[in-house]
Amino acid sequence: MSKSPALKTAYKPSGTSSVRRQRARYSIRLWSVRRARLFEAVYNLLADVFLKLHPLWNAIGYARVERPVLLIENTVKSFLFDCRMCGQCALSDTGMSCPMNCPKQLRNGPCGGVRANGNCEVEPDMPCVWVQAWQGSQRMRANTNILKVQKPVDQSLRDTSAWLRVTAKKAEERKAAQDATS
Amino acid sequence: MSTLASEDLSYIPEGHSSRGRLERILRRGEFAITAELNPPDSADPNEVYERGGVFDGWVDGINATDGSGANCHMSSVGICALLTRVGYAPIMQISCRDRNRIAIQGDVLGAAAMGVSNILCLTGDGVQAGDQPGAKPVFDFDCMSLLETIRTMRDEGRFLSGRKISDPPNVFLGAAINPFAPPYDFRPLRLQKKIEAGAQFVQSQYCYDIPMLREYMKRVCDMGLHEKCFILIGVGPLASAKTARWIRSNVPGVHIPDSVIGRLEGADDQKREGKNLCIDLMQEIREIEGVSGIHVMAYRQEEFVADIVHESGVLKDRRPWKREMNPGDAAAIEFAEREAEKLAASDT
Repeated sequence: MSKSPALKTAYKPSGTSSVRRQRARYSIRLWSVRRARLFEAVYNLLADVFLKLHPLWNAIGYARVERPVLLIENTVKSFLFDCRMCGQCALSDTGMSCPMNCPKQLRNGPCGGVRANGNCEVEPDMPCVWVQAWQGSQRMRANTNILKVQKPVDQSLRDTSAWLRVTAKKAEERKAAQDATS
Repeated sequence: MSTLASEDLSYIPEGHSSRGRLERILRRGEFAITAELNPPDSADPNEVYERGGVFDGWVDGINATDGSGANCHMSSVGICALLTRVGYAPIMQISCRDRNRIAIQGDVLGAAAMGVSNILCLTGDGVQAGDQPGAKPVFDFDCMSLLETIRTMRDEGRFLSGRKISDPPNVFLGAAINPFAPPYDFRPLRLQKKIEAGAQFVQSQYCYDIPMLREYMKRVCDMGLHEKCFILIGVGPLASAKTARWIRSNVPGVHIPDSVIGRLEGADDQKREGKNLCIDLMQEIREIEGVSGIHVMAYRQEEFVADIVHESGVLKDRRPWKREMNPGDAAAIEFAEREAEKLAASDT
């Protein structure tokens, strides 16, 4: 087994050096996954509130609210999920375990290298993000979301607010549906 | 003798995705054998021909690895291009570790143009596993989005961006499975997901644990996945108990039970016992419901593959294509005449 992961590991998600990762215990991230069902409910509530506020966002301008919303989103999600701000959040499809923490950034399930103890191939001390995701997803109401095939990450959306993007998209869909019926 | 000797590979049969021999064998319901070629650290094409030649007449497809174990070797597209020149059926492996979406889609077109009919989509080992751990890990795609992208290129004739491809790559799409790594209960669902994304055949990680494979295959068959996808199980001879222990703790994703190591340790000739073990595994795997073939990964023991396949008897009477069966000039002339006749018949 690799005795010195700090020296041999090359993956660098933004904001975490190999030394910091070696010291990390991932306790909050794991706690959040254990409460996947609660966070699912919270997220659904939040999404509804954001959609209700759509006229407000529109009035101020989505581009202008981006910065303050991004700041809040980043703080909350970084604390709870070790969010990497990919800008296209998949947490509700991945059992509240952020797939961007996977050293291979897999968006569609665990690779074949998962260790027998359920830890990562690349980072021997980190529990595999996707083993966690599978457990988390089974605690959620929408427990089949994990079977959806995810598109490749659009790197141009990095460091943008996923909350606002989802809200704008939903509002647009709602409007299209209304236009279609009227 | 098989009728494959002079098989006409110039057309895509009804319901097939490729012109390739591997797809024809599998769709015909034959038990297929594929093997992994150890890529040379050299620019000499003859090394590729020699290394491919050891499988001649014993396998239906040759896997060309793409920097396996994150070690640098000749590229898979290069090896495949060479192998197609002499008529072999290569399976080009694409790993997401080293190239981004622009490079990969370009390689798919290039490979198809060189006559590659089979592509295996992999995530790839992490760079930490190889000889150059300071490399930048790309992982722009994951194996799932890679499968979906190539399928779109083939079936819809479009790049990921939507831009049109005038002549799409006709390839038979494969993926990898590892039933021997956690989360075990998710593994069959992951296969289902890969099939949904475009996998038509899968090759598994080394199998040394038959009960575990049985359990996995039972769930796969219950879900009906074996009818949507050809499943090839990976095997390989272990050179000694010491090697087995090393592989178990150093190669990501390989599960070797203690009983296997015990069997090797107890033998007088460990190398011979490793081969016997491999043969026993192959015979057991052949009888498992839902298995369409075997993938032999005999790293640095490639010269034994022919022996192992022969001794296992899993091919029964069938003999895969051999280089000497290459149709040659006479067949080419015959083919041209047949085409001309067809053309004349359609005119009248």
